[in-house]
Amino acid sequence: MKFFRSSSDQAPPLAVPQKRTRRSSGIGEVSRLLNSVENLCVLDLGSTSANNIRFLTEKGHKNYSEDLLRAAVDPGLLVKNPDGYWGLDSKKFLEENLVYQNALFDVVLCWDLADYMPEVLVKPAIDRLWSVMKPQALLLSFFHTRDAGPDSPCFRYHITGTDMLEMQEVKLPPMSRGPGDRQALRLQRVFKNRHIENLFRDFASIKFFLARDAIREVLVVR
Amino acid sequence: MDAPLTGEFAHIGKSVVIKGELSGSEDLFVDGQVEGSIELRNNKLIVGPNASVKASVSAKGVVIQGTVQGTVNATDRVELRKSAVVNGDVITQRISIEEGAFLKGKVDVHGEPGKATVPAAS
Repeated sequence: MKFFRSSSDQAPPLAVPQKRTRRSSGIGEVSRLLNSVENLCVLDLGSTSANNIRFLTEKGHKNYSEDLLRAAVDPGLLVKNPDGYWGLDSKKFLEENLVYQNALFDVVLCWDLADYMPEVLVKPAIDRLWSVMKPQALLLSFFHTRDAGPDSPCFRYHITGTDMLEMQEVKLPPMSRGPGDRQALRLQRVFKNRHIENLFRDFASIKFFLARDAIREVLVVR
Repeated sequence: MDAPLTGEFAHIGKSVVIKGELSGSEDLFVDGQVEGSIELRNNKLIVGPNASVKASVSAKGVVIQGTVQGTVNATDRVELRKSAVVNGDVITQRISIEEGAFLKGKVDVHGEPGKATVPAAS
């Protein structure tokens, strides 16, 4: 008779992805709008999040999902320039992404997309977002400070409360969705405040929220 | 539910290609390619893991494990499983999305606000 189960019978414990939470002044401001106005159109540019869809649709808003970071690393965007070097085709990127003929958004959740997207796509993407937002619409974006370091992991932000976010590390699946290693994303650059102001120069106003965790939150009004 | 037992659902296997309008009054499991439209007014559609559906879909309930390109309209419920890839709008009363599912499009959960259910990703 065996009284105690041998430890060798047990499967090794699965690694549970670590989830962190952070308080977000930016999402707090966005929530104020979401709670006070009905039937808003919200564009979430992170990977598909059940939390966010629930948060938004429970309040009666329309939620649009588009994983822009995944689209930005699509190998199909690579083209050979006339000088023989490979580069990304920003025109093709805009033909395939952020195409909304019948929608104008009241809120755009950019998260820290701009920090991880290839440089050549950042400004065209922000310009396109300007064109699909309503006047006075809000755009929330996060930017790392230099203290974050180049190996700072890319997070998916799930809205868990009026001003609370859960952070889940993002590793992109291979484009084929077949077996294979997941791609870790690397911080591409650190924007200074002046660069951020330039990036959003066509917008009406910009507000910075400083946080303790090496991330600046930026709330921009169209 | 991954693959329903034969007999419970009408079955379109993974080697089958259909172009055109597909409608019916029984539950349907699609694991092949469909291009056009699928309409099952009072029944359930399961899009299997091997399926590639380029169609507007209208059913009572829709479970997606494979790829769908087009508008998904369910009078009751939509479930996106972890292998789901959806390029199109989803209009439904209730939706559940597993971690890893991919959705590019609008989610419009109609019905009374507060009664919409989107279970958290597992």
